[in-house]
Amino acid sequence: MNDMRAPAGQGGGFLFRLVSLVRKEFRQMWRDKSNMAMGILLPIALILIFGYGLSLDVKNAPVAVVLEDASPAAREAVSGLELSPYISPSMLASMHEARRLMRERAVDAIVRVPPDFSRRLAAGHAQIQLLVHGADANRAAIVRGYVEGALGTWALRRADRGAASAAPAVTIGQRLWFNAANTSTWYLVPGLIVLVMTLVGAFLTALVMAREWERGTLEALFVTPVRPTEILLAKLVPYFVVGMAGLALSLLASQFLFAVPMQGSLALVLLGSVLYLLVALGLGLVISSATRNQFMASQVALLTSFMPSLMLSGFLFDLRDVPVAIRLVGHALPATYFMDLIRTLFLAGNVWPVVLKDCAVLAGYAVALLAVARAVTRKRLD
Amino acid sequence: MTEALRRIVVLCRKELLAILKDPASRAILIVPALVQSLLFGYAATYDLSDVPYALLDESRGETAQGLVARLDGTGIFRRVATPRGPGDIARVVDEQQALVAIRIGPDFEDRLAAGGEAPIQLIVDARNSNTAGSALRYVAAVVEAYNAELRRRGGVARSPLRVESRAWYNPNLETRWYLMPGMIAALSMLQTLLLTALSVAREREQGTFDQLLVTPLTPVEIMVGKAVPPVLIGLAQASIVLLMALFWFEVPMAGSLATLYSGLAMFTLASVGIGLSISALSANMQQAMLYTFVLIMPMMLLSGLTTPIRNMPQVLQMATLANPLRFAIDLVQRVYLEGVGLAAVVPDLLPLLAIAAVTLPLAAWLFRNRLA
Repeated sequence: MNDMRAPAGQGGGFLFRLVSLVRKEFRQMWRDKSNMAMGILLPIALILIFGYGLSLDVKNAPVAVVLEDASPAAREAVSGLELSPYISPSMLASMHEARRLMRERAVDAIVRVPPDFSRRLAAGHAQIQLLVHGADANRAAIVRGYVEGALGTWALRRADRGAASAAPAVTIGQRLWFNAANTSTWYLVPGLIVLVMTLVGAFLTALVMAREWERGTLEALFVTPVRPTEILLAKLVPYFVVGMAGLALSLLASQFLFAVPMQGSLALVLLGSVLYLLVALGLGLVISSATRNQFMASQVALLTSFMPSLMLSGFLFDLRDVPVAIRLVGHALPATYFMDLIRTLFLAGNVWPVVLKDCAVLAGYAVALLAVARAVTRKRLD
Repeated sequence: MTEALRRIVVLCRKELLAILKDPASRAILIVPALVQSLLFGYAATYDLSDVPYALLDESRGETAQGLVARLDGTGIFRRVATPRGPGDIARVVDEQQALVAIRIGPDFEDRLAAGGEAPIQLIVDARNSNTAGSALRYVAAVVEAYNAELRRRGGVARSPLRVESRAWYNPNLETRWYLMPGMIAALSMLQTLLLTALSVAREREQGTFDQLLVTPLTPVEIMVGKAVPPVLIGLAQASIVLLMALFWFEVPMAGSLATLYSGLAMFTLASVGIGLSISALSANMQQAMLYTFVLIMPMMLLSGLTTPIRNMPQVLQMATLANPLRFAIDLVQRVYLEGVGLAAVVPDLLPLLAIAAVTLPLAAWLFRNRLA
């Protein structure tokens, strides 16, 4: 009983109280299945969805080809489309049918070879009409690029056929660094780690703490000898453990399910993740004590942590391309730095200038947010 | 019957008051929809506007300079570094100073003069595969235009073919044009679902649900009374995003408001059905909230909003059939961009109707069997 009343600063009392509190928190977390659904089930679901479900790559895009000119030249012109792995052309009898399929979004584009094609080709100015379904702008631009490329290559080869001298031409030898096949899985899966950590760190913590404030159970804790620092630490430990479990799951999945290479060192990935998890936990604590209401806390956590880490961190949309104001918002978010760090470590390697900058920013945020959380958690009844 | 209607109206009023009573919760219904549609409307772009590049020109010839000048002339490419050797290129790309590095070899001019193909080497940072793909396409377009000019200057036969491209429904292929309509459905769903899920859970946590049960209200009436206010709030939030799309981002709307709103009403009803089922299954507010999020995140990701459903494997495509958001986004995009009428969106309306027809009776059944 003595060490329960030990004055502040005596290690034994601090540790004893902390361990008891942590045990209580673990039990509380374990008992409520909804906590575990969020902490473990949702990360697993996200891993599977990100690894298998989300892809921005265009493969075998259905394209309708309408040959209104049945000449060999016309057939030859569109034959290049068959070779492309990105497009799967299908011959249709009429524009009427093609338009219907496009309206139903059964095809992404229509390639129309008009009746006067071969006549005009002989004269040197043939035309082919390309209609793309613009509703998904990104996909439409990619499909358009592939179709124009295939048709253009054919046209140039034809022009050079029988010519006395070959035409000079600049060609591009392209190399995609860090992601040679340029598959979106390679860049989505590392980003997944950011989402999982945000979810557990900021979101779950904000909700759980807000509930304690809302129901007044925190006040009950205040009348015990435990100190605010100990209460905060005890809240952090279980969610830190859950967050690290989420990280472990994501790392295992990235290596064994999706075979995303890890060029950098695992130690740095872990260090960066721990820093970001602390940032997220700090954010969750600050949100909960600022709102003290579960519904508000969930909304604020969603607005300040989850949605931005999905939309503004460079996860889906590259921050280089957004207006300056939005870029500034993006660069104020810790998730942006963690996203940059984790993607660099996975795909590029230990690029020290990037690693040091991002780690420093994350560490700064972690210290600041945890300090604010400590400052707003006071033994006070109101 | 009129008596039942009166009771429902009274309950609806009480529910609306409970949601709207304090300024903070009123703000939380409007501010997120407004801020998110603004932020994401601007952020959501796959179009490149700024490509920093590094140039290693070992040929120092006129043609190479002409090509580079064309690149600079696009206004998108911005030279940030001129590495002295190949080793330098690695550094600027690694450290993300440049997205693209272009290396023009010493024999570039000679090979062109000989009438052959002269390669330039393009190195792209593909940490973001989408950006890398776009950057490649941009460079390719510039090089192609330059080649056409070279052919003209050299008197070689021009390409005999012109491809005339046109994009339906979104002539300039702007990402925002398809994202904003999608967000009309997506942004309103979250709070509709959450408010519904919380409505019963809150009463249960605070012990007021028992009081509600001893009133003359039947379980069905309670359910209707709990369902109507979130539908109204969901429609109001959808309207906020719609107004932003129409008047702030000026994305023209091709279809009719009546079709759009009948689709949205069906969608909110389906969402409310799901919310009420969650509500009946959870013991307290925290559970209701967590289950809502566990459900809504996969729903958002598998809705086709950010990545096409057609790219998903078969199993996941099947799973999206139970996702009301998937149909709502398709419906809103088609009505908004393509201007289709009610008949054309029946394939989207029927699944929404089916989801509502399953979840609402399920919730009513759960109320009776788990609560009473």
